[in-house]
Amino acid sequence: MRSAIAGQVISQVVREWRTIARAPIDVANPLMFFFLGISLFAIGTGGEREGLAEIGPAVIWVLVLLANLLSLDTLFKRDHADGTLEQLLLLAQPVFVPVLGKVIVHWCFTGVMMTLLTPLSALVMNLTLDQTWILMLTLILGTPSLSLIGAIGAALTVGLRSGGVLLALVVLPLYLPVLIFGVSAAYLAGDGLAVTAQLYWLGAIAVLALTLAPFAVTQALAISVEQT
Amino acid sequence: MSTPPLLSANKLRCERDMRVLFKDLSFSVGAGECVELLGPNGSGKSTLLRALAGLYPDVEGEVSVAASMYVGHRNGLNVLLTPRENLQWYAGITGVGVTGIDAVLQRVGLYGFEDSACQRLSQGQQRRAGLAVLLLVDRPLWLLDEPLNALDTQGQALINDLLNEHCAANGAVFCATHQPLGEIATRSIVLGGG
Repeated sequence: MRSAIAGQVISQVVREWRTIARAPIDVANPLMFFFLGISLFAIGTGGEREGLAEIGPAVIWVLVLLANLLSLDTLFKRDHADGTLEQLLLLAQPVFVPVLGKVIVHWCFTGVMMTLLTPLSALVMNLTLDQTWILMLTLILGTPSLSLIGAIGAALTVGLRSGGVLLALVVLPLYLPVLIFGVSAAYLAGDGLAVTAQLYWLGAIAVLALTLAPFAVTQALAISVEQT
Repeated sequence: MSTPPLLSANKLRCERDMRVLFKDLSFSVGAGECVELLGPNGSGKSTLLRALAGLYPDVEGEVSVAASMYVGHRNGLNVLLTPRENLQWYAGITGVGVTGIDAVLQRVGLYGFEDSACQRLSQGQQRRAGLAVLLLVDRPLWLLDEPLNALDTQGQALINDLLNEHCAANGAVFCATHQPLGEIATRSIVLGGG
């Protein structure tokens, strides 16, 4: 049984990697949007270094949320259109296992990538080394929650023709706790204070999302498939 | 007929957009039977099949369905991937072995095309790849929606053979179609038209 579940996750992950390798633009767009947004802030504030460091962590976190939102639109769209989504719902036992595989790959190409881009964005935003380090830590802890929660919204709106705005309205409020703890950790670190509590909270949210989101996503997908 | 039927439906009723698609629909499909589902466009053939597959819950009545495979209008293929990669995914999520994939692709006439992305294949070839899943994931009941769509005469003959073999191996087929299946169909159910 255990190896069967591992096999399901692996085959789903392999499929997602192959799909991304054939259509890399799907994952490249949100990342370019992320970095472009940060650059716009840096340019827009006229390169005033003090002010930049002040808003830096908040700007980076907000752009992580928005880039994540942008990437969610394509998460299930292709599978829904070509009929593989309904086959997944019919054939996989249990369904949430491959769904989780899909979300893991989504996280690798959004959360992990944006965390890796953070030193660069921190440089643009004139953050200290300490702040950069803490920002990366909070991002790697916080972004799994974003992918998991976002997948629920993506699953709910996949069947809708113009689901983009609705997706934002559903998902962004749920992103708030992650944003609050992530940003406050970076600011506390800037003042040289301990951020353990914030990290624990981000970790707790991630575990909660990991436990509940796959089932919610599965249910939401079933509802979306019914409507077609 | 001591074995229970693979598919039985009792007094099905479906209403969609204020129109009754079908009511008091009862039938059963036993092992070895191939039942064709006929009816004009919009008579509810696809809805009935989706309901039986478990994708559409708004149908009243009792249904019991054995382990089944559903192939709808859409082929269920990721067009960026090759037929082989698509089948590998199906094998992975259903837990059947990947060893049968080459034989299955050869059987549906995709030998030589197994490593071309599906979007480069013709509609008929994509249909073949979609139907290949039926052979890979071996389930007793096939629920098919217009399997002959986009297929050439050889492809239609191939489907004929596959349905025959499946029924001979004690499987059952419930198939919506516009072109009557001919002699392999043991019975017809007609929807709509009054």
